[in-house]
Amino acid sequence: MKVPGIVIVGTGECGTHAAFALREYGYEGAVTLIGDEPHLPYERPPLSKSTESSPKFVAELQAFHAANINFIPGVSVHKIERHTQAVILEDGRAIPYNKLLLATGAFPKLFPGMEGAQPFRTLEDAQVVHSQLVPGTHLIVVGGGFIGLELAAAARIAGAEVTVIEATDQVMSRVVPEQIATVAEAEHRERGVSFFFGSGVVSATENEVVLFDGQIVSGDLVVAGIGVLPNIALAKAADLAVNNGITVDSCFTTTDANIFAAGDCCNFPYRGQRVRLESWRAAHDHAKHVAAAMLGRKDPYDVVPWFWSDQYDLTLQVAGLPRTAGQLVRRDVGDNAFIVFEQDDKGAVVAAAGIGTGNAVAKDIRLSEMLIGMGKAVEAAALADPAINLKKLLRG
Amino acid sequence: MSEWIEACSVGDVDEEDLIRFDHDGKTYAIYRSPDNEFYATDGLCTHEQVHLSDGLVMDYIIECPKHNGRFDYRTGEAKGAPVCVNLNTYPTRVEDDTVFIQVK
Repeated sequence: MKVPGIVIVGTGECGTHAAFALREYGYEGAVTLIGDEPHLPYERPPLSKSTESSPKFVAELQAFHAANINFIPGVSVHKIERHTQAVILEDGRAIPYNKLLLATGAFPKLFPGMEGAQPFRTLEDAQVVHSQLVPGTHLIVVGGGFIGLELAAAARIAGAEVTVIEATDQVMSRVVPEQIATVAEAEHRERGVSFFFGSGVVSATENEVVLFDGQIVSGDLVVAGIGVLPNIALAKAADLAVNNGITVDSCFTTTDANIFAAGDCCNFPYRGQRVRLESWRAAHDHAKHVAAAMLGRKDPYDVVPWFWSDQYDLTLQVAGLPRTAGQLVRRDVGDNAFIVFEQDDKGAVVAAAGIGTGNAVAKDIRLSEMLIGMGKAVEAAALADPAINLKKLLRG
Repeated sequence: MSEWIEACSVGDVDEEDLIRFDHDGKTYAIYRSPDNEFYATDGLCTHEQVHLSDGLVMDYIIECPKHNGRFDYRTGEAKGAPVCVNLNTYPTRVEDDTVFIQVK
């Protein structure tokens, strides 16, 4: 019988990076990375940001060989057998583990009645959509979040007509303040995107959407970009605690001390609240931390969340988690780029969102991330004044 | 053939910061360290060809604005994922108020 080692389920950004991180941290036992996608691990962020369908791989096969990682793509895990410490694959193979990491990610949400719409998550989804984004076709996007708007931008650049249907009265309402949403929306309108706001969707087929008020929007392709749900089925079937994601502690341990969960699928503690993040950066940060945790590290995860989106020439960056109750402070950093900070009642920055051409806000958002991490109270006037370097606030 | 070229004035670069400098179809980054020395590297990150000039300098580290790849700008050394390829560095020289870099 083979000596069990560490098994990772999920070949996305998190699972793959965790596998390599284990080697980086000197782990010499067996590492097995299993996933149901048939490809080499690929980056998802570019899929919605252009109509270029050739994937960018997270790791090539050669890298798996070099790191002695047993990479098993194209196979689903049927179940976790906690009493024997093994995962059972759909083809019947049993793979024993000492430690198991669930990095199972998330899947696109579709409301009842929307089943005909095209989801957008995988390389295959992207290829279906990209192949239809040519001049003269009309793309209807349900959902004005990051994915929906990135896709809208990519489609306009490719020459397709685009209509975005958003249930709330603001784009990206979940993650950015109104001031920033307004700039993004204006850019989309300028580029010829049509919007329906405050419009719930009753049903969607592959080329038609019926809104709550009875209006019918027809096109050539309907894509759903209304968010994702965590892949928790395996965890749930194994009687691990789940609640909007697989419940983990600050070391990404589930309710079974030998099973961990990280990335989009996990629900973890962040500064007094429990959160689940769908983010490329979080997938990386979780991967590193959980790899170390599986090897015995005990310190709690405390990394400030960070998100970004590219739409046309605009880049949005967000650090921290907006709370909607805080005080907002705007800082103009030139060339129409600006940052909106959110401070709590003690003056500590809890979130910062910026928008600008290219990477105009990157530096200040990076510093904001550090400010948020420190949790130190700062003067709103100093945040608002672009002549005051945020570095100074950080060190002052 | 190596050549010293005029890149900028001393005052163009804040302490612990950098600017972009384009010359002959190439882009460079000129840094001023906290101890007031000048350094020069390639202007684009080795990961995804992003201009480092929008990145953050902390002490002797430049961090790429896109994916936070980090380099020691004195040596060009990549400091871990996602960057693994070092940056090229170039000698600098300050004369009066002008910063020169030696391009290859």
